[in-house]
Amino acid sequence: MSALQTRLSRNALGWALPVGLVLVWEIASRLGALPTTVLPAPSDVIEAAWQLTSSGELPRNIGVSTLRALSGFAVGGSIGLALGLANGLSSLSERLTDTTLQMVRNVPHLALIPLVILWFGIDEEAKLFLVALGVFFPIYINTLLGIRSVDPQLVEMGRAYGMDRRTLFRRVILPAALPSLFVGLRYALGIMWLTLIVAETISASSGLGYMAMQAREFLRVDVVVLSIVLYALLGKLADSIARLLERLSLQWHPAFRTA
Amino acid sequence: MSDTVLHRAELGLDQASTQEIEARTSSSPPAWPAPGLAVTVRGLGKSFGAKRVLEGVDLEVQAGQFVAVIGKSGCGKSTLLRLVVGLETPSEGHLALGDGDTQHAGAARIMFQEPRLLPWARVLANVEVGLDRRMPAQERHQQALTALHEVGLDDRAGEWPAVLSGGQKQRVALARALVSRPRLLALDEPLGALDALTRIDMQRLIERVWRDQGFTAILVTHDVGEAVALADRVVVIDGGRIALDIVVDSPRPRHRGDARLAELEGRIIDHLFNDQGAAI
Repeated sequence: MSALQTRLSRNALGWALPVGLVLVWEIASRLGALPTTVLPAPSDVIEAAWQLTSSGELPRNIGVSTLRALSGFAVGGSIGLALGLANGLSSLSERLTDTTLQMVRNVPHLALIPLVILWFGIDEEAKLFLVALGVFFPIYINTLLGIRSVDPQLVEMGRAYGMDRRTLFRRVILPAALPSLFVGLRYALGIMWLTLIVAETISASSGLGYMAMQAREFLRVDVVVLSIVLYALLGKLADSIARLLERLSLQWHPAFRTA
Repeated sequence: MSDTVLHRAELGLDQASTQEIEARTSSSPPAWPAPGLAVTVRGLGKSFGAKRVLEGVDLEVQAGQFVAVIGKSGCGKSTLLRLVVGLETPSEGHLALGDGDTQHAGAARIMFQEPRLLPWARVLANVEVGLDRRMPAQERHQQALTALHEVGLDDRAGEWPAVLSGGQKQRVALARALVSRPRLLALDEPLGALDALTRIDMQRLIERVWRDQGFTAILVTHDVGEAVALADRVVVIDGGRIALDIVVDSPRPRHRGDARLAELEGRIIDHLFNDQGAAI
């Protein structure tokens, strides 16, 4: 009971600053200190959100963007996870691929946008490719790091107690690598949104980024601000889900023990 | 020596009667007899690269015997133990457990200096690591609980290892080693990291389960007092060879500070720090 209360109040504390800023912003707009052509009042943004929701345009664009983000994440994340596991478990695989991967990693994936447009035009593949590429590296590196940091003493214990390779992986290596995998997941989610925003802003015919660019054409600052706020909220939502999963699966970890 | 043998025989009877009681109450799994495994080592040598850690080791451990292996750090005593349980392969020589055909799972178990519990598994699941995974879950839980009961931690079965004290963790590790009723228990300085009182507690616990279950025990330690208090026989390793092999025939239960044990302890320490080794 009191534990729930402290959790609620702790969460409330986290939201105090954003809510306070929005209040200050609203008051400044009402007093005319902020011209609406620079920054419309929060109430105007909410008004725009309402209009776009009732016309169906906003839900559709959110849906399109979310689908792109998640499918790109699924593709890039699973390739990153697979290669991270392979290179963490097999030194042959690592020697074969790690040099190449490290070279590719040092190319900012957003620098590929011109090439990607040439390859795929402004179709879905372009966005999918960029998101997948952006998500790949944090997942790959953290998976590799997680497997590297498995306590060799525990692996030896597993062998001494007759675990075969599969059991050893499932019961010792994977759980030990899990905290690091979650770091990669949360980092990748951030990159996922970032990449998608940039890709949709530059080349798209639907989605939140496209909506913002269209609004800029028509000088609808309120819609531009709305898109930005939505990116923040969607990013926060993704991170919260990841943290919830993290807390549920790392209950044994002293750092995640629920107070 | 003969005292000890007689004592063990009596205990064997004890074990049979407790088994009957358990069968009658029928809640516990059967405590099948786990006679010790003899260990035969001939001309055993181990090198890591150019470094020779052990050479020409001959050792004959009788079934059910409690042998302590002591020596200065780096003398190869841990390597000997790891060779016995198959964590290392010999570079030369011959090593056999029992009559040589005892490769079945769980016959030989090792307890390390660190508890090496899986932090992401509850205490009960950690003990179950010692059991065959093909065993039905219900039976696994039962046997793990029985093993936890033996080390006095059955009330902590549902805890995470992180909340246990160092001594408790090591007791869980002991339960994990014992749950498969091993015929040989290898102990690699398992009490080295514990405080003095917890240590004495653990020594008594290890002695008790060894007497109850009759497995062969090989204890590697750097504590000479611990060696003479627990073992039937103390083997001193120096420079990769067996330098001394003494029978400790004081009757059990032994008392700390016993004059005969203290005298023996003194002799071993003298030997360890006397390079000629001819004084004995």
